[in-house]
Amino acid sequence: MSTVRVLVGTRKGAFILTSDGKRRNWGVSGPHFTGWEVYHVKGSPADPNRIYASQTSGWFGQIIQRSSDGGKTWETPGGGMQMAPGGMPAGESNKFVYDTSAGSGKPLTTHQWYDGTQHPWEFKRVWHLEPSFTDPDTAYAGVEDAAIFRTTDGGKSWHELSGLRGHGTGPKWQPGAGGMCLHTIILDRTNPKRIYIAISAAGAFRTDDGGETWKPINRGLRSQYIPDPTAEVGHCVHHVAMHPARPEVLYMQKHWDVMRSDDAGDSWREISGNLPTDFGFVIDVHAHEPETIYVVPIKSDSEHFVHDGRLRVYRSRTGGNEWEPLTNGLPQENCYVNVLRDAMAVDSLDKCGIYFGTTGGQVYASADSGDSWDPIVRDLPAVLSVEVQTLQ
Amino acid sequence: MIQVALPAHLRTLAGVSGDVSIEVSGTVTQRSVLDALEERYPMLRGTIRDHVTKERRAFLRFFACQEDLTHEPPDAPLPQDVASGKEPFMIIGAIAGG
Repeated sequence: MSTVRVLVGTRKGAFILTSDGKRRNWGVSGPHFTGWEVYHVKGSPADPNRIYASQTSGWFGQIIQRSSDGGKTWETPGGGMQMAPGGMPAGESNKFVYDTSAGSGKPLTTHQWYDGTQHPWEFKRVWHLEPSFTDPDTAYAGVEDAAIFRTTDGGKSWHELSGLRGHGTGPKWQPGAGGMCLHTIILDRTNPKRIYIAISAAGAFRTDDGGETWKPINRGLRSQYIPDPTAEVGHCVHHVAMHPARPEVLYMQKHWDVMRSDDAGDSWREISGNLPTDFGFVIDVHAHEPETIYVVPIKSDSEHFVHDGRLRVYRSRTGGNEWEPLTNGLPQENCYVNVLRDAMAVDSLDKCGIYFGTTGGQVYASADSGDSWDPIVRDLPAVLSVEVQTLQ
Repeated sequence: MIQVALPAHLRTLAGVSGDVSIEVSGTVTQRSVLDALEERYPMLRGTIRDHVTKERRAFLRFFACQEDLTHEPPDAPLPQDVASGKEPFMIIGAIAGG
């Protein structure tokens, strides 16, 4: 019998929700890391019991937590009493230091600040953790200020893939309202050398050589809030999703506009179609139907709540443009929550399960591809991220 | 032995309850206390001061003997009552927010 484990990051800790394959009765474990912001929790495809969590605080900075037993117990890898020869700590799991070595090219030291001046890169937190498909000890971290790091020792130490920050467009990157964050990392199971990332507000980038070099992939995006609406960089991409069976096809929720690429990001076209508003944060793809996608329209960039006081997931079965509202089980009056960019996920059961969390602390689940919804929990702290593990 | 009072979240992270006792060799200063604390509890590295610059994190304060020592030079000797273990060196999370 399959089981499902939903990993939830919130403003005040992490929660783990578990159910059997029927997805009707749920157990709730947590809060883990009580009182800390948990931006992201994600399990390793190579070893589902290996889970990484990003725990962060304005007071105490960044902590990386790791579980090797499916979230029952946690450790700060390398941060315990393990000593290397010489008496120094064997690892420092929360040490994210930008690469400024001469050997890695010409690492940039400044980006554009809110007032248009140049500002030095300053590490703030990890937004997203993306474990490798093949090695439980390898994972990537997307951080604020925007950069990508990799660990190959289970999170004990992290090293920047500085070719991204050294791409040459860095002085044009600028923080969005949530900071200048690298929030999306997509690995391609069919091509280990290819990685997609997205940054607010710089845009999407792709590497085809395992992270050595990167190129912006923003052709076709149009953003009225930057001086040149079709610029190579500067776009506020909120999230990108891919179906693993079709790695050339990408779906994007931009600040405004829902977009699609059929050529690995080399070009994009708008697929907002009949959405009531095309502002939003999340976007995801059905596990078994690569043309079925989900978004949650948000009213506007100054009104970060759902449109018309109604919580509606919109589903397109045609790869975009034609959208249907999914409302069965969701509040349809007096609802003013947001659904943040990493707060939607899908399981791989048949029928596909869809999950999302809100800033009001609800985590909703659908066990029938979105046709009907039920809350798993209603009163958590504001939800920052939702991931799902389908366990056999 | 120097007594160090940690904020609750850092006690949880370090897996301790109450004040911690640490051995400090040489002159007892902010720097030598924090060096010894981080050596004894490596999981605290980066949570009190920056990994590289060793600058105090903005929302943390250092108190001892009813004095705010936050802005004292890191190599200035701490009060004798801290050095003797009579009074704790207190690491405080600043009240921020509302």
